[in-house]
Amino acid sequence: MHVCDPITIRVRNNTMLREISALSKADAVPLPHVYKDVEVMMHRIAGAEEVKTEQLAKRMAWVTQVSAVRDSKDKAAFAELFAYFAPRVKSFLMKSGAGPDLAEECTQEVMATLWNKAHMFDPTKASVSTWIFTIARNRKIDLLRKQRRPEPEDLPWGPEPEPDQAEALELQQETEQLGDALATLPPEQRKLIEKAYFGDLSHSEIAAETGLPLGTIKSRIRLALERLRHVMK
Amino acid sequence: MGYAAGTLPEAFSLVVATHISMCDTCRAALAEYDAVGGEIMLDVDPTEMAEDALAATMALINGTSEDPPEKPVQRTGGIFPSPLRDYVNGDIDEVKWRRVGGGVSQMILPTSKDASVRLLRIPAGMAVPDHGHRGTELTLVLQGAFVDETDRFGAGDVEVADEDLHHTPVAEEGMDCICLAATDAPLRFNGLLPRIAQRFVGI
Repeated sequence: MHVCDPITIRVRNNTMLREISALSKADAVPLPHVYKDVEVMMHRIAGAEEVKTEQLAKRMAWVTQVSAVRDSKDKAAFAELFAYFAPRVKSFLMKSGAGPDLAEECTQEVMATLWNKAHMFDPTKASVSTWIFTIARNRKIDLLRKQRRPEPEDLPWGPEPEPDQAEALELQQETEQLGDALATLPPEQRKLIEKAYFGDLSHSEIAAETGLPLGTIKSRIRLALERLRHVMK
Repeated sequence: MGYAAGTLPEAFSLVVATHISMCDTCRAALAEYDAVGGEIMLDVDPTEMAEDALAATMALINGTSEDPPEKPVQRTGGIFPSPLRDYVNGDIDEVKWRRVGGGVSQMILPTSKDASVRLLRIPAGMAVPDHGHRGTELTLVLQGAFVDETDRFGAGDVEVADEDLHHTPVAEEGMDCICLAATDAPLRFNGLLPRIAQRFVGI
């Protein structure tokens, strides 16, 4: 089996494949009540479109703030980023098993890294939230798991010196859509994805905690990710 | 996804990082998984930071001398992508091969203890004895190719094997097959001789 297929981690085992295909069929009936709820909610929010534009503006503001930190060591911009992201990074680390003190210390280090590495940020490749997540994750591996993290080599052309504004906007928009799509996932699927990222659980550990068999979990995570993709298109 | 979430053992992360260096599809997939992680992080209930947290962070920043701009990690020819070169301390010429029997050689790379990763060299046309797996095995082909009962794997391909797979990988003719293989449990050889040899080579 080749794993180049980005979403499906195909399993070379007939029983499991059967289990997965049975599940996908069962799941092909879209959980209607969930979608209905979301739809009703969206209509209730007066001017849902406006809210979206506002969120996108917020995302672009983060990009501007990181650039201000990079170009002019802007402390006010950094303080704003700190106020928004630090409490979330701290939660992420605590959910990954760090005690409050360690999470606090580690979050400060993550935010300091943001300051020191602001020149590495490329808004055409990642959203600020994605970037901070990767810094926090790597710090978590260093600190909590005490392991090295091998990183892939960069592409030969490297980061662009002058990131293209339109491209940056497009990427921020896509990430915003991804966030929206995540919010509309059936709660069960969303929970599994969260566990995979935060609970620091392997598939088998998730199985032990939720009582679901491994094949079911793999296929549910896969379905959830496929659904995300579908919404993004 | 496990790599994006940061929950894989180091040995598996090394195989994934090396593969991503060779495969743009998976590089793009990783970017997506990272983005999912970022959105999930945004959506948690925030936990209040200590009162002096911002000041403490500024002190931390002032305390560190500015990092010299990092050199982008780039390919410099050779067979091994840079994450792997970091573990071998060089390219293929630096590998300290040890024979493990049947013409096959290996070098175990130092990682955390929760899983192991090794380079394998299977001479062209030779087979690795028929074996099964107790856990998960990720095998990335770096040079040459191998064929087993189910498929053919060429340079850049990854094979994922689990408890249900028993196979006899055979290196294709023409070139030695060099692989990077990570496992979280010892293999299960079906023959008696390989089983005895196994005790001494630690696969």
